[in-house]
Amino acid sequence: MTRTLKLRIWRGDDKTGGLQDVTVEANHGEVVLDIIHRVQATQMGDLAVRWNCKAGKCGSCSMEINGKPRLACMTQVASYPEDEVITITPLRAFPVIKDLVTDVSFNYKKAMEIPTVSMPEGVKPGEPRMQQIDVERSQEFRKCIECFLCQDTCHVIRDHEENKKSFAGPRFFIRIAELDMHPLDTLRNRKKTAQEEHGLGMCNITKCCTEVCPEHIRITDNAIIPMKERVVDEKYDPLRWLGSKIRKREGIL
Amino acid sequence: MADFTVPALTRIWRTLDKGSRLLLMATGVFSQGRAKITERTLRTDKWWLQPLITFSVLIAFIFYATLRAFENANYFAEPLISPFYSPCLSDACVPGSSLLGHLFPIFHVWGMTFSPALFILIFPLGFRMTCYYYRKAYYRSFWMSPPACAVAEPHAKYTGETRAPLIMQNMHRYFFYAGLVFNVLLTTDAILAFRNSEKQWGHMSVGTLVLLANATFLWFYSLSCHTCRHTVGGRLRNFSKHPIRYKAWTLVSKLNHYHQNFAWVSLIGVALADVYVREVATHAITNWYFF
Ligand code: SF4
Ligand code: SF4
Ligand code: FES
Ligand code: FES
Repeated sequence: MTRTLKLRIWRGDDKTGGLQDVTVEANHGEVVLDIIHRVQATQMGDLAVRWNCKAGKCGSCSMEINGKPRLACMTQVASYPEDEVITITPLRAFPVIKDLVTDVSFNYKKAMEIPTVSMPEGVKPGEPRMQQIDVERSQEFRKCIECFLCQDTCHVIRDHEENKKSFAGPRFFIRIAELDMHPLDTLRNRKKTAQEEHGLGMCNITKCCTEVCPEHIRITDNAIIPMKERVVDEKYDPLRWLGSKIRKREGIL
Repeated sequence: MADFTVPALTRIWRTLDKGSRLLLMATGVFSQGRAKITERTLRTDKWWLQPLITFSVLIAFIFYATLRAFENANYFAEPLISPFYSPCLSDACVPGSSLLGHLFPIFHVWGMTFSPALFILIFPLGFRMTCYYYRKAYYRSFWMSPPACAVAEPHAKYTGETRAPLIMQNMHRYFFYAGLVFNVLLTTDAILAFRNSEKQWGHMSVGTLVLLANATFLWFYSLSCHTCRHTVGGRLRNFSKHPIRYKAWTLVSKLNHYHQNFAWVSLIGVALADVYVREVATHAITNWYFF
């Protein structure tokens, strides 16, 4: 069972570019990435596209399909009506390199700004013991495949290039949450730095990151909002602030 | 000095002008280096529908609630009191409507009696305004920041919740505590509605059910709140050391999943409960007693 698909594929580089019309055959059960490969094989030999696993697990094939950030390998052609023209563009929050390939190095820079887990002194590798119920919250965040669709859709940087320097983005808020909820982590300033250095306060919890995450990680509800509440504990709650001062003072006396 | 000739100045002016134009037109998805696409969004679905519905329902509620708060009448019909007017704390309250006595004298603003609803409005209003779910709802539908996912927002600058006034959103937990007090009061109102209009106990009317349903929805709304989730256990690092709080957190997390639904149901519930009490108070309908 085949159908004829009408596509518009964005082609170009960081200077110029535009949407090009293509007509191509599609077989039953195919995904958008299959179609892109057919276009590449038959009509546009030099079409640049990044992909790897074709199983929704490597996070390479992130692009925008009819304006929505998606994994091309997980997007069924059949989910679009017969007469719909499918528009395929690169991610629009990052600089484009060529055609459908963007430069996502912003995300690697942000990743490096977050200190990794810091184990209690004297605990050697292989020694830590943690209970399941203490780590299960963080396990949800470990499902992340680093497709950066959440980063791409987040309006804080998508719509405001100038915020990139001060905003880590949803993918890294789940990383910070994971570490702040880690039962053995000894670094105590994660809440403070989340707010002051990684831009947690810029997020206005409008949940687009959650909407596009292919791993269905509930980024906003389970990581960002809990982190915002933890930041309030530390920075904005006068009662808790007072409590901590009194505790500290009693410690001195 | 020699460089400040007319051509040099023109050159500087041109550069500045080009720079400012670039600054205005080249932000966000139109920034330099990003794929050159002229559309704000390429979404083909009806992305504007959801914000439009949210906007309309919220506006309708605000309109109705404002009218009712200023009406200063038809909020009490023994034993029923409208949730907009409970607790009724002013000397202006109609006899029998004050559960906690009178804290405020009657005073007039521009010749109008200050409605008792206005003394307490700030609490439920503040609770909902700072609610994590409603924040999403109104940031999207009123402020269009963003109107929908991957649809460019119409603002040149954005600082999120880092500055005044939006930094005040961090006070949500205090409104949550106040909300709990209101829940207790409105539940009391519902229990008091197990009386008849002669204040005799052991009766039950449609109005009793209306107030009970309203209080129940409000409890679900509060219990599913993100701050509630954080308070009962979310802030812990080691669940294994706090088994009871872990259980509570698990339960609240389940409710929290539906917080958005409870937010809407309880909002509409409050409005409908008020409509019912108003209809009874104006004698448009009779509060029917089961027994
Ligand atoms: S919820 Fe916050 S982090 Fe996620 S997309 Fe929205 S603004 Fe960005
Ligand atoms: S959190 Fe989800 S959307 Fe974001 S990078 Fe990870 S898998 Fe992709
Ligand atoms: S190719 Fe690996 S996620 Fe699509
Ligand atoms: S009431 Fe909605 S998050 Fe607290």
